[in-house]
Amino acid sequence: MTSPYEHHDYDVLIIGAGGAGLRAAIEAKQRGLRVAIITKSLLGKAHTVMAEGGMAAAMGNVYAEDNWQVHFRDTMRGGKMLNNYRMAELHAKESPERVLELEQWGALFDRTKDGKILQRDFGGHRYARLAHVGDRTGLELIRTLQQKVVSMGTDVFMECKVLRLVHDENGAIAGCVAYWRPTGEFVTFAAKTVILATGGVGKSWKFTSNSWESTGDGHAMALWAGAQLIDMECIQFHPTGMVWPLSVRGLLVTEGVRGDGGVLRNSEGQRFMFNYVADMFRAETAESEEEGDRWYDDHTAGRRPPELLPRDEVARAINTEVKAGRGSPHGGVYLDIASRRSAEFIRRRLPSMYHQFMELAGVDITREAMEIGPTCHYIMGGVKVDADTAATSVPGLYAAGEVAGGMHGANRLGGNSLSDLVVFGRRAGMSAADYIESGAGPTGFDLAEVQLAVKDALAPFENENGENPYDVQRDLQEMMQANVGIIRTGSEIDFAINALGEFAERVRNLSVKGGRAYNPGWNLATDLPSMISVSRCTALGAANRKESRGGHTRDDFPKADPEYGKFNFAHQMTNGSFDSEIRTERSALLAMPDELAQLLEEAK
Amino acid sequence: MANVTMRVWRGDAGGGDFESYTLEQNEGEVVLDVIHRIQATDAPDLACRWNCKAGKCGSCSAEINGKPSLMCMTRVDELPEGPITVAPMRTFPIIRDLVTDVSFNYAMAAKVPALLPPPMPEGGYTMFQEDVARGQEFRKCIECFLCQDVCHVIRDHEDNKAHYAGPRFFIRYAELEMHPLDTNDRRDLVREEMGLGYCNITKCCTEVCPEHIKITDNAIIPLKERVVDAQYDPVAWLGRKIRRRTKRSADEAAVQPAP
Repeated sequence: MTSPYEHHDYDVLIIGAGGAGLRAAIEAKQRGLRVAIITKSLLGKAHTVMAEGGMAAAMGNVYAEDNWQVHFRDTMRGGKMLNNYRMAELHAKESPERVLELEQWGALFDRTKDGKILQRDFGGHRYARLAHVGDRTGLELIRTLQQKVVSMGTDVFMECKVLRLVHDENGAIAGCVAYWRPTGEFVTFAAKTVILATGGVGKSWKFTSNSWESTGDGHAMALWAGAQLIDMECIQFHPTGMVWPLSVRGLLVTEGVRGDGGVLRNSEGQRFMFNYVADMFRAETAESEEEGDRWYDDHTAGRRPPELLPRDEVARAINTEVKAGRGSPHGGVYLDIASRRSAEFIRRRLPSMYHQFMELAGVDITREAMEIGPTCHYIMGGVKVDADTAATSVPGLYAAGEVAGGMHGANRLGGNSLSDLVVFGRRAGMSAADYIESGAGPTGFDLAEVQLAVKDALAPFENENGENPYDVQRDLQEMMQANVGIIRTGSEIDFAINALGEFAERVRNLSVKGGRAYNPGWNLATDLPSMISVSRCTALGAANRKESRGGHTRDDFPKADPEYGKFNFAHQMTNGSFDSEIRTERSALLAMPDELAQLLEEAK
Repeated sequence: MANVTMRVWRGDAGGGDFESYTLEQNEGEVVLDVIHRIQATDAPDLACRWNCKAGKCGSCSAEINGKPSLMCMTRVDELPEGPITVAPMRTFPIIRDLVTDVSFNYAMAAKVPALLPPPMPEGGYTMFQEDVARGQEFRKCIECFLCQDVCHVIRDHEDNKAHYAGPRFFIRYAELEMHPLDTNDRRDLVREEMGLGYCNITKCCTEVCPEHIKITDNAIIPLKERVVDAQYDPVAWLGRKIRRRTKRSADEAAVQPAP
């Protein structure tokens, strides 16, 4: 085959340059393979940089009692047992090593008094477990990996947007077709393996902590390529996003504020979280403010305060308080650390939060409480992968990081994402290398798929009277926020499923103004098909899961149903078109070995 | 609320001009919000970079009323009344509208010899907070390249780009130089090939840094001292000759693979 466009040839092609993609690249590059990374943005700008609080790893530097077994247990309970147990096990076992290796590459974590990596408390983690750098841990992670990748001479294609994966004639992955954002020219990549590391989907909701990049490209491309998506109804609404000014609504406020002593209050000044402790967590949660306060200094002197319950619990509680009329003036609740810690402590531990509130909201968090509310933050669901190899069901296709599903079950614990990126990024890189070394690989490159993608991408230029992509995106965000948001109900979900059909038609009828060179309107037009495909899976999963669990709450089925705890909903497309039919089926959870099941049974 | 008028530079490498957009002003908005509203309505093809919209990724750099700034951290209500001018960074070649070709910075990043630590002991390295604090200040850098944009050595003299790394990379070299684990010696490289001597400490870079890194005082001046010491101090010179070398020369460092 001869591609009619600029063409490149690699062994391992990695789509996405966040933590997972960069870590995968390092691993594959160390195996002597030809590796390239493609990113929609500049290198070093991926969403990983937004992660604030830290990366969870049971290193035991602060509490020697901590170990992988406890971390595994916390992760599974936080995920409401919907997790792929093997992923949670590998993650808990391997994350300490992944943190230490970052130090060999130049990371500078905050230290304990005896010169080890300091670890901080976060929701759902039994012990102080998050390695961190103030509240900019994601920046440290991405910069460290970026510098390592660059020092190894890895090829990075920046501001290059992948449109679609390309197969060979047998259905194995053979590469992808993309376009250069600065010029609008198309480019094709042949590759023996492709690793998806494209992050999340949050941009389909109105209030989100996610950037423009989080449009679910990898989720959608996997779906179109024949892979399965699981748990797409499980979306994490982070309890603490900014609510004012409106223009920054949704912007993340790190859980580190609560880990470091911040508490939640309603308009009556009450620490309402004490009223929202679910049975599952009662035995390990403080009963009084005094008990919770003792815990910060010594975890054996009291139980953890309820503000540090897993994120799904806290987000629902805030939602309920606001609905009951006990919210703040701008529709959130108060997050107060000013009255509990010294100004000096706050500025040292939470410098970027201090900065963010001071400059964007004119609020001095060392003197006043913050107004916060839930914001769409993370998707637990993603491409179904094999835990050990990160392999999807499509030969040659791997997925790691947020785009992969299973690791976090129905709800992710804070701090488990950064460690997920490096644990499974590395595994994806290793497996891709193994696949290539075994002699496997594509036997061709389907140019028809390339031509189809190019034709679809250019269609909005031919259409003179279609819609502005920005209008469609705004309506989609409002529709998803209203109908498949933090609290869901059957009729609204059904409405969303129908509406998404109409949105697909609108996406078929877009018009783009201007030329192809660095045209954000056109770029959005190429993002929208992904957003539609992924949102459809979310809505279908939400309709099928007739219970409440983790990041999926149904008003009409408010309790968890043990029957639904036995399987994921898996989605697969009948053909590769973004609006083609989606088949949703039950996919049984992996059976857990007895010794791990035991860990979950054991007394607190 | 009142209206806001924004004069945005539109064009490409072939040339361009400012175009005015007048919109209703919303409470608490930053410049990037207004740009986004222009994109969503009048000009969907208006090119600008952005990602996090929270001052953490350093994508939305521009010159606002002539001052290099992040669009996402500049409140409209804190700018003087009257039209707001938004132009691309001047030091880098234009791609389109507010988007510039910043590949110079990535080329400089590729020239930095990697950290070279000793083998890691069982259980990890021991480093104390006071040892890592200096490097942590420089690692706050979000690579917005505003310091590069404002630096007159390359802003006014395109030719200097061939042999001048710029403030962003001086803090990177300073960070590595002060890193508790590093055994590479980049001092000759910084002096001979990265053009540290061109910097005459006008502190413009420090002034525009959105992370408030004291680029000049804490990185460039100490780096200049170390580089000069290495070259001229006879005691240090003799010491390097007779002591067991823990630091490698720049040439060796450049080819030494990282662990």
